[in-house]
Amino acid sequence: MSSEIQMLESAVVRFAGDSGDGMQLTGSQFTTSTALEGSGLATFPDFPAEIRAPVGTTFGVSAFQINFGARSIKTVGDHPDVLVAMNPAALKTNLSNLRAGGILVLDSGSFTKRNLQKAGYEDNPIGTPMLDDYQVIDLDISKLTLEAVKEFGLGNKEALRCKNMWTLGLMLWMFSRKREPVVDWLNKKFAKKPQIAESNVAALNAGHAFGETAELNVSIKRYQIGAQKSEPGLYRTVTGSQALSWGIAMGGELAGLQVVLGSYPITPASPILHTLSGMKEMGVVTFQAEDEIAAICAAIGASYAGSLGVTSSSGPGIALKTEALGLAISTELPVVVINSQRGGPSTGLPTKTEQSDLYQAIYGRNGDAPLPVIATRSPGDCFEVAIEAVRMAVKYMTPVMLLTDGFIANAAEPWKLPDLDAIEPFKVEFADTPAEGEEFNPFERDPDTLARNWGIPGVKGTEHRVGGIEKSFDTGHISYDPANHQKMTDTRFAKINGIANDIPLQDVDQGEQSGTLAVVGWGSTFGPISEAVKAARADGLNVSHIHIKYLNPFPRNLEELLKGFDKILVPEMNAGQLKTVLRDKFLLDAKPLNQVSGLPFKIQDILSAIRAEVSA
Amino acid sequence: MNEMTAPAQKLTIKDFTSDQEVRWCPGCGDYAILKCMQRTLPDMGATPENTVFISGIGCSSRFPYYMSTYGFHTIHGRAPAVATGVKLANPELDVWLVTGDGDGLSIGGNHLMHVLRRDVDINILLFNNKIYGLTKGQYSPTSDPGTRAPSTPQGSIDAPLNPIAFALGSGARFAARTVDTAQKHMPGVFTRAHGFKGASFVEILQNCIVYNDATWENVTAKAVAADAQLLLENGEKMLFGAEGNKGIRFNPASFALEVVTIGENGITEDDILVHDETNLQLARMLAELGGQEGEPMAMGVIYAVPADTTYEHAVIDQVNEYKGKRSLRDMIYSGQTWTVE
Repeated sequence: MSSEIQMLESAVVRFAGDSGDGMQLTGSQFTTSTALEGSGLATFPDFPAEIRAPVGTTFGVSAFQINFGARSIKTVGDHPDVLVAMNPAALKTNLSNLRAGGILVLDSGSFTKRNLQKAGYEDNPIGTPMLDDYQVIDLDISKLTLEAVKEFGLGNKEALRCKNMWTLGLMLWMFSRKREPVVDWLNKKFAKKPQIAESNVAALNAGHAFGETAELNVSIKRYQIGAQKSEPGLYRTVTGSQALSWGIAMGGELAGLQVVLGSYPITPASPILHTLSGMKEMGVVTFQAEDEIAAICAAIGASYAGSLGVTSSSGPGIALKTEALGLAISTELPVVVINSQRGGPSTGLPTKTEQSDLYQAIYGRNGDAPLPVIATRSPGDCFEVAIEAVRMAVKYMTPVMLLTDGFIANAAEPWKLPDLDAIEPFKVEFADTPAEGEEFNPFERDPDTLARNWGIPGVKGTEHRVGGIEKSFDTGHISYDPANHQKMTDTRFAKINGIANDIPLQDVDQGEQSGTLAVVGWGSTFGPISEAVKAARADGLNVSHIHIKYLNPFPRNLEELLKGFDKILVPEMNAGQLKTVLRDKFLLDAKPLNQVSGLPFKIQDILSAIRAEVSA
Repeated sequence: MNEMTAPAQKLTIKDFTSDQEVRWCPGCGDYAILKCMQRTLPDMGATPENTVFISGIGCSSRFPYYMSTYGFHTIHGRAPAVATGVKLANPELDVWLVTGDGDGLSIGGNHLMHVLRRDVDINILLFNNKIYGLTKGQYSPTSDPGTRAPSTPQGSIDAPLNPIAFALGSGARFAARTVDTAQKHMPGVFTRAHGFKGASFVEILQNCIVYNDATWENVTAKAVAADAQLLLENGEKMLFGAEGNKGIRFNPASFALEVVTIGENGITEDDILVHDETNLQLARMLAELGGQEGEPMAMGVIYAVPADTTYEHAVIDQVNEYKGKRSLRDMIYSGQTWTVE
């Protein structure tokens, strides 16, 4: 059956199945194929904390959502247009979010009595009114896959593993995407196992062919989504973890320093450790420490000895690093601390996203211990933000907290490759051997930045001792003098606050510079806020979107800018942390919009809040 | 360049002594260790610019402030991790780690274990006075059971840890023991530790005059030292005692070392064990020696077997094998890309 191709502006597809069904691979391959067509896209890998949860259970469902379109895509989409459910549990946990009238692709072969029971279905929902609102395509994908790979002689279990490629083939057909990138990838991945490679390619082709030829009880529509209009240039897809790691390495190069990453495995930050560990070609040194504390302490030691110390973790790990962070603040050593935030408190929701570590970043240490805090807004943005974190750390001799989150870490988006030669270097200069008769003082400060001298071991004449005990402002030696402690505390604040003069003014992402309502966000809420504000403005509402990257210190015009709006709405994936900071710093009546479900905001939720605020 | 051609001036104790006033209690064992270190470093060929002293928290951890080398007084228990970072950044530095029984074996036990098993090329000095001094006298992980302290008014209950046994159990390839007042013995141990490629662990029996005075008296007092200490020399028989007639023999029946007296029960010098610092099984037994009445404590280098390389050199070698083979640009620009016209 040949289908007419219908042009769409954008579509949201969600692949859902058991943890062992390979949904993340399916999604990321669909993403690659889509990116190569030049479409705009945003992805959302949504997987359980368990590596292999019991088969068929609802808590073992792993999903991958992609929103792609012939325009710039900023969110993963509120509601899927197409849901692929590889088993009853995937249907059970994902159906409610499918758009009414959306396409539902089911592997009816997996809707066995046992699987239905595990998902909590008393009866098979296929063919019942429960699915009446959707265009159901129920196929025995299991059986179709087994037939497609029969000739390769795989065992039943191994043959069934090709199910995801069969499904991917069908979806590539449905959205007129090319199979070649997937075929190339399969052949490369299974280069040493040609039987597996061939089977998967056969399954992929069979799924695709099925779309072309099958007689279905509902007609499958075929869609085409064109390329987005983007700036000319060379593009690739990038995840937040990749871009962040590359940015750190780039920062090291720009500073002329060797990167030493100390890290300890933790979800969702581990990909940064993995990526940087694969960057020895660029001279990156990585150290998988015995714990979170050792990880940051090694980074501090490396910085003390003249490298760029970096540590990456997530909230619980950052909590463990807190005391050492104070040491880096007190000894004024540059360290980049990356927090890939996840749901908290405690172990919380390791694989789900949240932005609830802002208080921890800004305030969470003993003593008065200020440090710069900077946040990423999207996967591609991570590259630039990481470079900026390195720049601030070495220029101001301070640890810098870089906030990203689980969503950004795992999500992918098209990224215009930057011209690396055009990025301004910020080469570090260590203290030299002092002239005859002069003494080196490690706490002599640059009058503009207030950054201290960086003298490193191995250099004659700059020998010095540092530590966490308060130091004399004048000599750097231990000092318990009351007036000196006041002066040093004030100086540490002045140094960090002074960074406000060295960062861009806060801009307005959309809308006017003043008006009725400013929607103020930070971090990965950028996409949904941006789309919601766009929709609200299209409805004629007077709304602006301000997205803050520099969270401590704030840009120096931020107070004035915010005070130009009648109302401030702060959507956050936490219980209202930026809202509190804004109220604290500027005595503003900022209103919170909070969501801590472990999921990104839906555009609709923010749009409703905007409408309510404007009409209130 | 001038320095290279000028005749090298021999450095002295002054070159390693900072201008900071030493603030340990009068009579503290730390003074003797500090002096010995300042005195011995020039003989080892060390230079202030290439030497780093790293410490945690506690009385012993003030050590770096009194050296005119590089120094880092870090946080409680974490000095091994900081030292690892220093060595990863610059493997050529001479790094000394100064810690105590509380800092190194309690709050920092985890880091000490890992720095030893990784075999990072640093010299670890653990001042063992069996008490927390800086926090005013609580019992420590090496305190004898029954130690009465502010936190254990009825006497401590937990079993103590043997630092050398801990080190060997963690995979240390160098373990030695000395005494704070042993100004003749200590320099040799420091020199051996310094010369060892890899993590060298030195336990120093140290006296806290305020909170645990005379805790090592039964080992270190002049009157008993000869009978209570076994001064090890590699390749030499393990003889000790005021009259030099006591020795250590391996008893196959009890599978343990035992103290014997030459001339008694038919024991001759031939029965006495010869110290072999490359024998791990022997080292484990020597570590525990002194636990029973009449046994001496082993002093000197108990175990020393260097590996082919050290942790930080292996890490850097691995990096250097790949370094420069690909640029960051090539990495970012590789893979599946597309062009927008």
